[in-house]
Amino acid sequence: MFLLALLLGAPAFAAERADAVKSVVVKDPYLELHTGPGRGYPVAQVIDRGASVTLVRRRTDWIKVRNDRGREGWVNRTQLERTLTPDGELVRLAGPSPESRLEHRWETSIGYGDFDGASMISASGSYALTQSIVVRADASHLLGNFSNGWLATVGIAHIFMPQWRVSPFVGIGGGVVHISPKSTLVQPEDRTDEAAYAGLGIRGFLTDRFLVQAEYRKFQVFTSRDENEEPDSWTVAFTYFF
Amino acid sequence: MDRSVHVFLLNALAVAGLTCASAAFAESADGVGVSADNPQVVDPRVERRDINVAGIDTENFEAGAYIGTISIEDFGSDVVFGARLAYHFTEDLFAEVNIATAEAGKTSYEDLSGSAQLLTDSERKFTSYDLSLGWNILPGEVFFGGQRAMPSSFYLTAGAGSTRFGGDDNFTVALGAGMRLLVTDWLAGHLTVRDLAFDSDLLGKSKQTHNLQVNLGVTAFF
Repeated sequence: MFLLALLLGAPAFAAERADAVKSVVVKDPYLELHTGPGRGYPVAQVIDRGASVTLVRRRTDWIKVRNDRGREGWVNRTQLERTLTPDGELVRLAGPSPESRLEHRWETSIGYGDFDGASMISASGSYALTQSIVVRADASHLLGNFSNGWLATVGIAHIFMPQWRVSPFVGIGGGVVHISPKSTLVQPEDRTDEAAYAGLGIRGFLTDRFLVQAEYRKFQVFTSRDENEEPDSWTVAFTYFF
Repeated sequence: MDRSVHVFLLNALAVAGLTCASAAFAESADGVGVSADNPQVVDPRVERRDINVAGIDTENFEAGAYIGTISIEDFGSDVVFGARLAYHFTEDLFAEVNIATAEAGKTSYEDLSGSAQLLTDSERKFTSYDLSLGWNILPGEVFFGGQRAMPSSFYLTAGAGSTRFGGDDNFTVALGAGMRLLVTDWLAGHLTVRDLAFDSDLLGKSKQTHNLQVNLGVTAFF
C-alpha cells in the first residue's frame, strides 16, 4: 500500500519540480563547447541542432554541458538561452541584465580610503529596502602613522536617482571606533568610542553587475574627554551586486 | 422620377442586407477563430521562464591554501603559509582575500653580533592579510603529452591590506601575478608571485619595504 502511494506520489512530485530542468534541446545550428569556462578557451567540439544535453555545473556565465555520448564542454549563458526545455520553452538562466540595476537587493563592496590621515581598508554589505533607500554596514581597518584601529558602522543611505547611470547619494549612521596609539607615543591607552557620521557620495554603474562608489563622511566621535573629535573619511569602493 | 426613387430604395435595401450578412459572417468567423477546438498554429508570445538552477552546481567561490617562501626585507627568507578565498564575478574579474603567516629570521647584524636581539620571538611573527581584485588576463591551455590538456589562466591581482610585524600593524599594498591550472573542473593548482609593500621603521629609519612571496597552492571551487 505504501509502495503504491509512493508510486502514485512520485509523478506528482516530479510535476512540481518541472522547473528544475537539467537537460535542454539545442536550437542554434550548433552548440559550441569550449574547453574551459571563458571565451578565451578554444571551441573543441560542437553539438548539432536538435540534440539534447545535460547541464552539469555553472561558473560565472559559463555552464558545463554533457551529451549522452559523454561529450563535455563549457557553453556561454547567452547561447544556452537559445536552447529549449523538453517542454519546448526557451531557457532563461538567472544572471545580470539591465533590469538588475534597479531590481537587485544585495550589494557587497571592497573599499580603500583615508580616515583622518590613516589608511583605511573596508568591507561593506548593503540591502536595498526600496530602489532608493539602502541599509548598509561597514567594517574598516585603520592604519596610521601614530595609531591603528578599527571602525564598525551601520547606516542608511538615500540614492537620489537610482535609475540613472551615475547618481549622488547621502547617508547617516553610527557605530564604534577603536583607536590604539602606537607604543612610542606618550598617550598609550586604547580608546573605544561611539561615533556618528553624515556622508555624501556618488555612485556609478560600470556594468550590469558592478558599481564604483566614492564617499565623503564627516564623523563625530563622542569621547570621554572634554572635546569630541571630528575626523573625516574618504573612500573609493568597488561594489558587486547580486 | 418615381422610378429613380424606386431604384435608390432597392439599392439601399441591398446595401443594408449585405452589411447585415457580412456582420453576421464576421461574427461567426470570430467565434471559430478563438474556439479551443481550433487554436492558432503559431503563438508569437513564447513564455520565458527562469530555469531553476538549484539543480546545477554554481561554483563561483574558490578556497584553498598555499605554501611558499617569503623574503622579509632585512630578515632573510622564510617559509610562508597562507590561505586564499576568491569570488569570481565574471570570467575575467574576481576578488580575493589572502591571509599569510611566516616566522622572520634574523638580520645580518643580529647574526654577526652574536647576542643582540632586535625583536622578541612574538614580534618576529609576520602575519598579513589583503583584499584584492584580480583580472584573468591570459586564458589558455597547458598540454601534458598528446592526449591531455588543462585549462589555465594567467592573472594579475592588486589590493591593500595590513601586515603585523615587529609589534606594529602596517598598511600594505599587495600586488601579485599568478598562474592557475584547472586540474579538474573544481580543483586548481596555483603558482603565484606576490609583493607585500609597507613602510617600516623597525631599523630606526622609516623606509618602504618589499616582501616578495613565491607560493604554490591548491584551491577548490564550490
